[in-house]
Amino acid sequence: MTTLLIAEHDNASIKDATNKTLTAAAALGADVHVLVAGANAKGAADAAAKLAGVKKVLLADNAAYAHDLAEPLAALIVSLASGYDALVAPATSRFKNVMPRVAALLDVMQVSEIIKVVSPDTFERPIYAGNAIQTVKSKDAKKVITVRTSTFAAAGEGGSAPVEDVAAAADPGLSSFIGEEVAKSDRPELTSAKIIVSGGRAMQSRENFAKYIEPLADKLSAGVGASRAAVDAGYAPNDWQVGQTGKVVAPELYVAIGISGAIQHLAGMKDSKVIVAINKDEDAPIFQVADYGLVADLYQAVPELTDALGKLGK
Amino acid sequence: MKVLVPVKRVVDFNVKVRVKSDGTGVELANVKMSMNPFDEIAVEEALRLKEAGKATEVVVVSIGPAQASETIRTGLAMGADRGILVKAEGNVEPLAVAKLLKAVADAEKPGLVILGKQAIDDDSNQTGQMLAALLGWPQATFASKLEVEGSDFKVTREVDGGLQTVKLKGPAIVTTDLRLNEPRYASLPNIMKAKKKPIDDKSAADYGVDLTPHLEVLKTAEPPGRKGGVKVKDVAELVSKLKTEAGVL
Ligand SMILES: Cc1cc2nc3c(=O)[nH]c(=O)nc-3n(C[C@H](O)[C@H](O)[C@H](O)COP(=O)(O)OP(=O)(O)OC[C@H]3O[C@@H](n4cnc5c(N)ncnc54)[C@H](O)[C@@H]3O)c2cc1C
Ligand SMILES: Cc1cc2nc3c(=O)[nH]c(=O)nc-3n(C[C@H](O)[C@H](O)[C@H](O)COP(=O)(O)OP(=O)(O)OC[C@H]3O[C@@H](n4cnc5c(N)ncnc54)[C@H](O)[C@@H]3O)c2cc1C
Repeated sequence: MTTLLIAEHDNASIKDATNKTLTAAAALGADVHVLVAGANAKGAADAAAKLAGVKKVLLADNAAYAHDLAEPLAALIVSLASGYDALVAPATSRFKNVMPRVAALLDVMQVSEIIKVVSPDTFERPIYAGNAIQTVKSKDAKKVITVRTSTFAAAGEGGSAPVEDVAAAADPGLSSFIGEEVAKSDRPELTSAKIIVSGGRAMQSRENFAKYIEPLADKLSAGVGASRAAVDAGYAPNDWQVGQTGKVVAPELYVAIGISGAIQHLAGMKDSKVIVAINKDEDAPIFQVADYGLVADLYQAVPELTDALGKLGK
Repeated sequence: MKVLVPVKRVVDFNVKVRVKSDGTGVELANVKMSMNPFDEIAVEEALRLKEAGKATEVVVVSIGPAQASETIRTGLAMGADRGILVKAEGNVEPLAVAKLLKAVADAEKPGLVILGKQAIDDDSNQTGQMLAALLGWPQATFASKLEVEGSDFKVTREVDGGLQTVKLKGPAIVTTDLRLNEPRYASLPNIMKAKKKPIDDKSAADYGVDLTPHLEVLKTAEPPGRKGGVKVKDVAELVSKLKTEAGVL
């Protein structure tokens, strides 16, 4: 029995999502090997080798894996699958894209976004925007699983696993990479941030996000999120969207500003430890999940809050 | 080029579902059903391709109970040319849906299949990728922009860090994200016209696909509840509570 964890990384280092997925993978009870597929990804492989409990790291270092194209990456994972009983990856956009392709090639039904390992073949997963939790048992001999990382603690370091090179699989050559627009930011990533400040439709413009939300986020060293309404209106980029169909987060502190609290938004943040809501409508549904609610005009309250934190030495 | 659009009948996004007290599933009796919102976006995109002269025919297909024909009618009322209903009762998993869609694609030979990125009931986010695997076609999931270049496609995708653009050799699979377009509403005359458009009735058995589930649902439960907390009177009180009571500052 061995589990293959496919790592989320940026070639130089591994992402926090990998540490969290390792906790879920280890709960399956078998040895865990980690696959690092990338281009010039030795750094990431070495980092993976240090994770506590990892028995072996497989490094597939090839230009074909530079840009997350689903077809070659799926071919690689399938070429390694025969040695494993379970293939596990974080439910990041890269693996939401590739793992169902792997599952279908193996004639396996993927278990998506598990939040708990009940036993090696039984898992809990949210459905209907988190309004119900399903317990499912997989009857497939080989399991293909994606993990909702926000519900697992990050595994630490302490290992020293060997790193082994593996050959690239034949690239089906069906797609090619044209370009990307990746925002460079010094802020913590949403899915690993300890504090998140999010703005909704009430922000009215991109400028107001920069003027009200970002300074508050800076004071708190927080990541910045947004509701779908704010993203659709162009006030915030798509990768800031929190919710059922955006990112699912569970920080220590989530501050929702001018967000009404639609079920699709709550699905992405209701597992946060402490929720603060600032909204001028005292009946806004967001207050039903907020630990601390402030009924106020955000254009007044947010600068005041930013100032007050400044006085605290933040 | 023919465009195939799989559409799923789901609980309307405005409905807050309730878990059945015996834990066997969620309450679906007398609940408003609609087309999965991502599939409306998929139909819209296909129609725009046709209106731009890049597609010749838009075919909507749904797999599900007899009532899924209503979902197909919605697609026809938006402007799709014809429908295919593959009747299947009960729990049809994404893998089985993908196998049926492969059979439909083998028969219809579309140049492009546009699916939703996820159905808002099961939230599996799998079907399009699985269909691409079974057909051996390229895939671009979470699309926010789609351009046709001859028989190929240039697609911008919403990914964790921002946006990625890829080129796919047709025939190909694309799944929609929220920003791809804003779907139209069907006008009354078009709803009337849709009643006369053909829907081909099929059953899963016609395609010889085994629908036996690979996953067994043991139970369905309410998520742990979260109670609302307190209202604070001003920013000063908020800061003090966050500092002393919540300990998060
Ligand atoms: C298929 C589908 C998927 C979806 N996925 C997501 C998702 O992933 N994430 C998501 O967020 N949504 C999602 N939605 C959308 C969701 O249903 C809501 O429409 C959206 O979350 C609303 O965003 P909002 O709260 O910013 O806007 P609104 O609902 O318009 O709320 C704005 C709030 O701001 C308050 N306000 C206004 N002015 C001020 C002021 N000056 N000071 C203080 N408060 C003020 C108002 O009282 C109101 O409560 C999805 C919808 C569909 C159909
Ligand atoms: C009566 C009934 C009972 C059910 N019981 C269960 C249950 O107990 N457990 C369970 O897991 N599921 C159940 N289902 C749902 C069924 O399993 C889902 O259709 C299947 O799991 C697909 O998952 P998804 O919709 O999340 O796929 P996703 O991969 O999220 O869907 C993505 C896209 O694929 C396409 N698509 C998906 N399904 C269809 C379809 N049927 N027809 C056409 N296009 C489609 C759409 O374009 C959609 O946007 C039930 C369904 C019905 C009708």
